[in-house]
Amino acid sequence: MGWGSDPEGDVMVSIHRLLAVLLVSLPLLATSPARADDAPDPFIGLASQNFDIVANAISALAVSGHPQAAATIAAIEADNLYVDAAGDGAPLILIKQGDSYIDARTGQKASDINEDDVDSVRVNNAVRRAIEAAKGGLDLFAADADTRQKAAEKVFTSHDPAALPLLARAIAAEKDAGAKRAMQQAQAASLLAGDGGSDAERVAAVAILRLRGDVEAKSLLQSLHDQSKPVAAAIAAATSSLARIEQLWSVLQSVFYGISLGSVLLLAAAGLAITFGVMGVINMAHGEMVMLGAYTTFMVQEVIRTHAPGLFGASLFIAVPLAFLVSGIAGILIERCMIRFLYGRPLETLLASWGLSLILQQGVRSIFGSSNREVGTPEWMSGAVQWGGLVITWNRLTIIVFAVIVIAALMAVMRGTSLGLRMRAVTQNRRMAAAMGIRTPWIDALTFGLGSGVAGMAGVALSQIDNVSPNLGQGYIIDSFMVVVFGGVGNLWGTVVSAMTLGIVNKFLEPFAGAVLGKIVVLIALILFIQRKPRGMFPLKGRAVEQ
Amino acid sequence: MSRLSTSICIGLVLVGVGLMAILNLSTAAGAPLHVPTYAISLVGKYLSYAILALAVDLVWGYGGILSLGHAAFFALGGYAMGMYLLREIGPRGVYGNALLPDFMVFLNYKALPWYWNGFNHPAFAMAMAVIVPALVALIFGYFAFRSRVSGVYLSIITQALTYALLLAFFRNDMGFGGNNGMTDFKDIFGLPLQADSTRVGLLVATAIALCLCLLVARYVVTSRFGQVLIAVRDSESRTRFLGYRPESYKLFVFVLSAIMAGIGGALYVPQVGIINPGEFSPANSIEAVIWVAVGGRGTLVGAVLGAVLVNAGKTFFTGAFPEFWLFALGFLFILVTLLLPKGVLGLLQKKTGGRV
Repeated sequence: MGWGSDPEGDVMVSIHRLLAVLLVSLPLLATSPARADDAPDPFIGLASQNFDIVANAISALAVSGHPQAAATIAAIEADNLYVDAAGDGAPLILIKQGDSYIDARTGQKASDINEDDVDSVRVNNAVRRAIEAAKGGLDLFAADADTRQKAAEKVFTSHDPAALPLLARAIAAEKDAGAKRAMQQAQAASLLAGDGGSDAERVAAVAILRLRGDVEAKSLLQSLHDQSKPVAAAIAAATSSLARIEQLWSVLQSVFYGISLGSVLLLAAAGLAITFGVMGVINMAHGEMVMLGAYTTFMVQEVIRTHAPGLFGASLFIAVPLAFLVSGIAGILIERCMIRFLYGRPLETLLASWGLSLILQQGVRSIFGSSNREVGTPEWMSGAVQWGGLVITWNRLTIIVFAVIVIAALMAVMRGTSLGLRMRAVTQNRRMAAAMGIRTPWIDALTFGLGSGVAGMAGVALSQIDNVSPNLGQGYIIDSFMVVVFGGVGNLWGTVVSAMTLGIVNKFLEPFAGAVLGKIVVLIALILFIQRKPRGMFPLKGRAVEQ
Repeated sequence: MSRLSTSICIGLVLVGVGLMAILNLSTAAGAPLHVPTYAISLVGKYLSYAILALAVDLVWGYGGILSLGHAAFFALGGYAMGMYLLREIGPRGVYGNALLPDFMVFLNYKALPWYWNGFNHPAFAMAMAVIVPALVALIFGYFAFRSRVSGVYLSIITQALTYALLLAFFRNDMGFGGNNGMTDFKDIFGLPLQADSTRVGLLVATAIALCLCLLVARYVVTSRFGQVLIAVRDSESRTRFLGYRPESYKLFVFVLSAIMAGIGGALYVPQVGIINPGEFSPANSIEAVIWVAVGGRGTLVGAVLGAVLVNAGKTFFTGAFPEFWLFALGFLFILVTLLLPKGVLGLLQKKTGGRV
């Protein structure tokens, strides 16, 4: 936008006008109200019938430092400003308050006002823009540091050289570090946008923008042409460095998405890493354990909605242990009633558990219906935080943290508890374990229950990012198996590495290949990988493997 | 004994289909013994599935390879047939484009993708219905068996294979009709697809193809080759130590089986009138495995029996109690694996003292 163009342009133009006035009246700002009497009366223009004059007057008023400036501008905005031109001297500017009037210049109550002499100050779009801009200029000196910082950001975006003196004054008075930085950045941008300043000052300004390092800074730097040699060199260096930084951020963003997808995969596969990885049971109903967890979340939220709406924020914390119990008990039942008759017959286990998954899906469909169920996201999980060039959504971050906790807990159980010790003993050498007095059937049931319970907890997390429908689990079963096989069966760390690798690779392929093709490429790569290393990235070593 | 059951099976299929054909064509609609045309297509569908089941039994029952991706070969054969049928429509499509099928016009294709060339010739398309699945099986099997991926790992990667194909065929850019697949076929070999005589012809062709596949499969498994294959299934390492190359045996039977599945798919598509990426879904492949398990694994005839029985049950349930079909199928999976490891045929053999 070229400045000095059509005055009816937009807010930016009004800001320019404001700043132009500022240049003239700047010395006033530092002075006490007492000396304001010497200056031309900024209120006089408000009485004009000409909108342009009114707009200019508003801009002048904003920078006059007049103690009544803010109140007056607010009054115009609220259509409460009136003019009484009946007297001999300068017209009275009045702020209507209820039935009475206040003199805008003094803030004192105005008496003897004849209602017939009073006209309201009319407003058109140009005046409204002047009001907006005036408020922005006032904001640089606002009491609240946040408001000042935002105002500085606005000046940064407009980067008008006319703002420089004002900024210099604001910076001198500024105490808050964040607001000061924003003002300095605005100052640098404004300096570079104009022709002023020595080469050294301009190079320093480039350095400040480079430090700011965001897209706006980069596009501002890229828009600068015809600079003197040292400045041009600094700009070239800064833009290329900013381009690198931008690339870095986008890589980081992909990594974040990848880790986020990886933790979803990890959660879905963690239970399978126990039932398939440790026990060697091909449980095709694993996805349905996840689904049960998601439906448990739905049930918990339903109960909370009807009975204790205040607890909604805590619904997921209640759902996690419940989902673990529901899926865990389902898992123990499945193991006792079906799987235990099929040990040593992996292909039959696969078929029977597939049948079970069909029954569970249809069962849930019969009870809850086949449409998606609404699972709400608690307040604390919604929204996003911007960190540098990264956008991090709270629900994704929560799932990553949750995955870390689940895996840590699972490892603690496997390594630190007596149950974990027994589990490992039974899977490594069943007969020896039995000879040592371990009740292997119970350990089998509990191990299977543990794996299923973890799947249920995954369901709570997945209910936040996926549709809760009877088919929820189906979408994850092949991915889960891939994760476990890729990582190396029986190796929890391998599962973690594999889930993260697959997640990140997937997210890096997406920009080039698209989501679906990226997934196909990953699947084919996995098929090829299994040919090379049938036992995964981190195969278990030792005799236990050969069974 | 298995020779007897094969003969009985072939006899039943041919006589049954022959009777249906005669009753459909020679009696008028509404006559007491009339077989309606929808029944003809339905049985044709069952028999196409039976060919797929036979293919699965060949690799699973005799090679010990539990493929959870066999429906992929079936669907590939089906797609080859679908491509031919679409080209056969010619300028009679909705958009009236003589060269491009409707979905391509709809998706703004400017020219026919190169891999669609030749599919206007029925012989080429039929060859492709066999060659494409065979090639996929050859490449996949070569790598898988060479690196000795076996057991559940093989099952999982076959499932990944069909899943990858499912995702791929869902893409519009693949040029296979994307989500909607291919449908609205009009003619096959110049004969109108909706005519009763064409339907009966397709059923008879399917029955003959099934019988031929059954004979080929029987010949393979009873030959010397088949004996080694069974040895591989029962103890791969021992067979290897005896000097055989298990991977070659597995690869051969895997490719042969893929060819059969492709034939089944090619016969399936004109009878049901549609092919879409859903045919690649892993669930379909697993269902095919359960047909074999129900009929009796490693019996060939059992696979045919199982496919027909389960699918007839499916038709009945989805018509009468749609809610309960998945329950029924699920319990079938569990009960057969837990209680009937040899399937219905095994049960029959027990009852008849092994004569059938």
